[in-house]
Amino acid sequence: MKARVFVTLKPGVLDPQGKAIEHALGSLGFSGVEEVRQGKLIELDLTESDPAKAESEIKAMCEKLLANTVIENYRIELEG
Amino acid sequence: MRAAVIVFPGSNCDRDVFVTLQQTPGVEPFYVWHKQADFDKADLMVLPGGFSFGDYLRCGAMAAQSPVMKEVVKRARAGVPTVGICNGFQVLCEAGLLPGVLMRNANLKFVCRDVHLRVENPQTVFTSRYEGGQVIRIPVAHHDGNYFIEKEGLKALEDRGQIAFRYVTPAGAATPEANPNGSLADIAGVFNAEKTVLGLMPHPERLSDAALGGTDGKALFESLAGALS
Repeated sequence: MKARVFVTLKPGVLDPQGKAIEHALGSLGFSGVEEVRQGKLIELDLTESDPAKAESEIKAMCEKLLANTVIENYRIELEG
Repeated sequence: MRAAVIVFPGSNCDRDVFVTLQQTPGVEPFYVWHKQADFDKADLMVLPGGFSFGDYLRCGAMAAQSPVMKEVVKRARAGVPTVGICNGFQVLCEAGLLPGVLMRNANLKFVCRDVHLRVENPQTVFTSRYEGGQVIRIPVAHHDGNYFIEKEGLKALEDRGQIAFRYVTPAGAATPEANPNGSLADIAGVFNAEKTVLGLMPHPERLSDAALGGTDGKALFESLAGALS
């Protein structure tokens, strides 16, 4: 089973990289961008085929390593 | 007193801090490779600067999961004094031994220069040879030294005297210009609640010998030698 984990900064945590991207977009002429927040996408290929078990396993991975929950949120997406 | 210098793949200040410890009277350092799940008795544990595991995922995140870290965490929780410098600070945060996190510098640039620090709490095994409020000059060299902690966490740090050093001007004033990385409340180093674990972004080992242009970092190692010998 394949899964995708999105790791994003929590609201309110300053995102200097997002800000830099926002400024760069502005200077390229993309004037309609109000805010940019950047994060990470982690793709996993798992042997587990049970979605509930896979999700709880990935949750443990996120808490232990993939995200730093002091500043980051994570969202798990399972693909068939 | 024996000091364990924990070495990860990508550590690059391990030798500097080893030599500094060696030059401190009463200190006998030894290296511990990150794969060692156990190591000799140590009165002090030092996590050096560098770029452990290439800063993959997040600075310090991979090193915090190294085999050696289970033992480091166990001993630190039992009260063995532990200091993390630069990348070592990031590892200690990721390992949960220190509160907060080091984020990308606010101006996105790698900063490598001398900064001035104010000693905020001299009543610890790490800082007793400094005066409270003393301003010292120490170099920083990092891309991710922007300390962040949520509001309640910051209040707890301040209430319990857990802020070790702040970035200030040479005259001792905290100003935005004196802060090299955007750190919250100008924080350059923090203690755990028990003051047995210290993490700091600046490199005291780089200014601990007159031949290197200054000795302001020396008192940190002398404090430890005095307290632990």
